[in-house]
Amino acid sequence: MRPINSKITQIVEETPSIRTFRFDTSLDDAQPGQFVMVWVRGVDEVPMGCSFKNGITVQKVGDATSRLFEMKEGDSVGLRGPFGKGFTLPAKDENILIIAGGVGVAPLGPLADEAASVGAKVTTILGARTESELVFEQRFSEAGDVHVTTDDGSAGTCGFVTTVLAEMDVSEYDRICVCGPEIMMFNVLKMLEEKGAHDRAEFSLHRYFKCAIGVCGACCMDHEGLRVCKDGPVLNGSLLLDSEFGNYKRSSSSQRVKV
Amino acid sequence: MVKITGIEFRNPTILASGIMGTTGASLVRMANSGAGAVVTKSIGPEPKIGHPNPSMVKLDCGFLNAMGLPNPSYADFDNEIKIAKEGADVPVIASIFGGNAEEFVRVAEGLADAKPDAFELNVSCPHAEGYGATIGTDSCMVEAITAAVCDSVDVPVWVKLTPNVTDIKSIGKAAENGGAAAVVAINTLRGMAIDIYSGYPILGNRFGGLSGSAVKPVAIKCVYDLYEALDIPVIGVGGVSSWEDAVEMIMAGASAVQIGSAVHEGVEVFGDIATGIDQFLQNNGYAGVEDITGLAHEVI
Repeated sequence: MRPINSKITQIVEETPSIRTFRFDTSLDDAQPGQFVMVWVRGVDEVPMGCSFKNGITVQKVGDATSRLFEMKEGDSVGLRGPFGKGFTLPAKDENILIIAGGVGVAPLGPLADEAASVGAKVTTILGARTESELVFEQRFSEAGDVHVTTDDGSAGTCGFVTTVLAEMDVSEYDRICVCGPEIMMFNVLKMLEEKGAHDRAEFSLHRYFKCAIGVCGACCMDHEGLRVCKDGPVLNGSLLLDSEFGNYKRSSSSQRVKV
Repeated sequence: MVKITGIEFRNPTILASGIMGTTGASLVRMANSGAGAVVTKSIGPEPKIGHPNPSMVKLDCGFLNAMGLPNPSYADFDNEIKIAKEGADVPVIASIFGGNAEEFVRVAEGLADAKPDAFELNVSCPHAEGYGATIGTDSCMVEAITAAVCDSVDVPVWVKLTPNVTDIKSIGKAAENGGAAAVVAINTLRGMAIDIYSGYPILGNRFGGLSGSAVKPVAIKCVYDLYEALDIPVIGVGGVSSWEDAVEMIMAGASAVQIGSAVHEGVEVFGDIATGIDQFLQNNGYAGVEDITGLAHEVI
């Protein structure tokens, strides 16, 4: 598909470094965890998890996002998607644990909304470096219980999402859905493996994307050659044990770099 | 079983270069999906990050891409070939590129220890300045580079040709004269798409190469012409996404077919096409692929 010309209708400053951009394009068939390619014309095209059917929630990290942060309501970008495989959709009466770190909230927000709307029970562990970096706290609260954790203790538990997870009985949950920095997700996976719950966990991964449609292979992971753009970005924890996950990834020239 | 340039393949489908070929693990996955052989992503003398995105878009008629030869360089890629060789029970062909004969030789020699079963020279990428088709449109350079690589390695050398030339036969002849064991035809056709709402060319590189079903008739004609003009085998590639496409390509003169963009529909495409070809041969009383290779030349 060609990029859909999409006008920015609203910009919400979630934190000093994270903004939500809403568009006049709504990808109504997007499932929680699927992503769009956001074309910032003349700069680059980057993958972003859909935080709404018509929106993305972005941290300023590189050229494309920096340019996006200079844009105003009324400016436009190109959107292609939704692409990839998202989270397993929650069913009524299921018990779902969401673990979100930093801007990793983006694909998990719609999952929480969806889970609550079908009558699933939602519990969220929401982590950030500091209180002002917490995103979607109210959104997750509207879906269920929220355990806040900050690295510096400025809000909620002082520590990491794993600090809270360690105190939980994960056997209560039908599924555990995770997104955040890879090191955080890796520590969660290890903890869940010890508790025998890794095969009930789903992780939304980040890798360098070129084609984004499952052809070029730039985002393939060792050792199974899984394409993060098409077989993922959401992958079951059992597929990530004994993989490159948490250890290394590939750069834009496909060289291995440490996570 | 087919035998081309002395290498045995369990079936005549080959993963085309540039598709799922960046890591050893992904090459193994393609072999496990039924490919008779796999070709790596094109590897060059230095690490290269490629063009900015968008680098591939699906259009109504095919795919347009301009990756820009991203690769970790031969020094970082020999390990991936080793992984592919150990994990896949099919031949592994190393696609390589350079800006001149010296660079091609450096890359080929650098990868020789990993023992690829053949080298495929990329003199046909349509959108990398100083590489690919810049070289592949000049028959003197194609012959010189082919000869230099053939002298420096002890495995077969294939040369992948660009259709973006007036006469592909003369370039094929140059490869043959340089000592190529086979030619591979075709690489993508130069193309472009523009976003009418902003006026921006969609690809980060502005233009790129067209692949997919749109290019199949062009590929069939190129393979047909090369089969007539050359004494070495022709490996057909361009728009093959079904066993019928593959049989058509083989009847034009291909000894085997490479499959690229069709992986978009599913990695099972190799096994499906290989099974379909086998069934067609059996149903029509042919003993093997060689019975129908170039059949379109004989019936007229």
